[in-house]
Amino acid sequence: MDPGVDPDQGLTRRRRPRAVVRVSGFLHRHPLVRLLGLLSAPMLWLVVAYLGSLALMFAAALWSVDSFTGNLIRVPTLDNLRTLITQDVYRTVALRSLAVAASVTVVDAMIALPMAFYLAKVASPGTQRLLVAAVLTPLWASYLVKAYAWRTMLANDGVLSWALRPFGTSGPDFGVVTTGITLGYLWLPFMILPIFAGLQRLPDSLLEASADLGASAGWTFRSVVLPLVFPSIVAGSIFTFSLSLGDYIAVKIVGGSTQLFANIIYDSIAGGTNPPFAAAAALFPVLAVLLYLALIRRTGALENL
Amino acid sequence: MTLSPRARLALRLFTGLGLGAIYVPLVVVLINSFNVSQTFGWPPTGLTLRWWAAVWDNPGARSAVLTSARVGLAATGIALVLGTMTAFAVQRYRWFGREVVGFLVVLPIALPGIVTGIALNSAFAARGIPLGYLSVIVGHATFCIVVVHNNALARLRRMGTSLEEASADLGADIFQTFALVTFPQLWSALLAGGLLAFALSFDEVVVTTFTTPPGLQTLPLWIFDNLFRPNQAPVVNVVAAVLIVMSVVPIWVSQRLSGEPTTGGRM
Repeated sequence: MDPGVDPDQGLTRRRRPRAVVRVSGFLHRHPLVRLLGLLSAPMLWLVVAYLGSLALMFAAALWSVDSFTGNLIRVPTLDNLRTLITQDVYRTVALRSLAVAASVTVVDAMIALPMAFYLAKVASPGTQRLLVAAVLTPLWASYLVKAYAWRTMLANDGVLSWALRPFGTSGPDFGVVTTGITLGYLWLPFMILPIFAGLQRLPDSLLEASADLGASAGWTFRSVVLPLVFPSIVAGSIFTFSLSLGDYIAVKIVGGSTQLFANIIYDSIAGGTNPPFAAAAALFPVLAVLLYLALIRRTGALENL
Repeated sequence: MTLSPRARLALRLFTGLGLGAIYVPLVVVLINSFNVSQTFGWPPTGLTLRWWAAVWDNPGARSAVLTSARVGLAATGIALVLGTMTAFAVQRYRWFGREVVGFLVVLPIALPGIVTGIALNSAFAARGIPLGYLSVIVGHATFCIVVVHNNALARLRRMGTSLEEASADLGADIFQTFALVTFPQLWSALLAGGLLAFALSFDEVVVTTFTTPPGLQTLPLWIFDNLFRPNQAPVVNVVAAVLIVMSVVPIWVSQRLSGEPTTGGRM
């Protein structure tokens, strides 16, 4: 061959280092090694660090605090759990939290359903795009800003009282109701979007068939639309329910002196007073959410997330 | 179903009212940021730009924004790497633990923030790691992984594997295939995911509360700290107004990048 003629005819630009080729070949032949490589760092983080922390916290739920010195006593005892179950305060607050979470969920579903239906089935494609963006945008506005916005709406000299003054009434004082309104506002997009997605998956032909068979719009809604989007509603309710149950900040901003369960958790750890008790109390929202998830498993909602 | 014109009108009105209720409080905050009065009162007694100028010179707000940006960037970086890895592991391999990984990734955001916060707090305490930038970044990265994971997962599903197989058939090694075939198709989803992860981190309060030492303030912590201080109300109003206006950015960019309005994998 003439010197100066590329033996390779320019087919490969430059040879890869032998080591790279060997590693690549090895990885190519061993998908299991690739998979383990991909999983290594994330599992170290999520299992060892994160699940490890959770386990550590729940183990600490069995510890106690020396009421005299304030030191941790690392001896397992069920005292924290016993206190939580037997004292009336905690039961009252837990029930109140469940009631708030449940009402927020129901009200959000009632508001979200007609809105999602309009977006998915009535609005023209152009309007739909615009309105979906309009529902999504507040989701990215700061949580605190939204809670704060409702403080300015609901305060004594706030917008609502000002608007209601000509009618001789005023808005509700800071309390459970204002907390519920604010939480419902915060989580509404989380309810609208799954229902919207569920309605979009619902073929129009089913609605037409129902109408052809003589059903009125209301009847079609009850017997065709509602059963088919129910899993989506439940999917949305996971967010509204669990987010409401874990919230302690909105209550502080618009709740006046109302306490929800997460406040109990926060208060027993914030001052560094009783971390084991906080850990024990944290079991309640976790168990409530897990129980809720178990209850709704059969509706197929988890596949609709 | 055929809706009567009356039903259509009713639905339209209801949706209009709903969107109104969503936006009225936000507009009130925007208007209020121009309120002359130092203390809150509605309606505003007059309009001024004074507080907007005051925020610019507010050292607390400025350093809080910087802290939030640093934490957000670092957490997003970690989440991009880990979330991409989990997405590949779940999407490109058939194995028994796929659902478990999917569940693990969502867990930090599915559990109440206060639980994640306290758990990390007690873990740092038990390991003797002092709270600081590191602990906040670890906390934020933990719940940001899911956002990147979901975005990358959706893209990988849509991409399929035929181009990668073609690349391997033509003699490219797996690194070349990733760099020249996979990544160019994936990057915009990662950018969208990263952006949304940053937005999530920038806004987070609860986990942050339990992973920051006294003296280190992210923007939400600064807002919360100043929310109940009467003479700070005008400055808080302006910061709130800025954040409301900024919330358009993630939606707009992610819509540009993926062509779909997105929840950013938060659901």
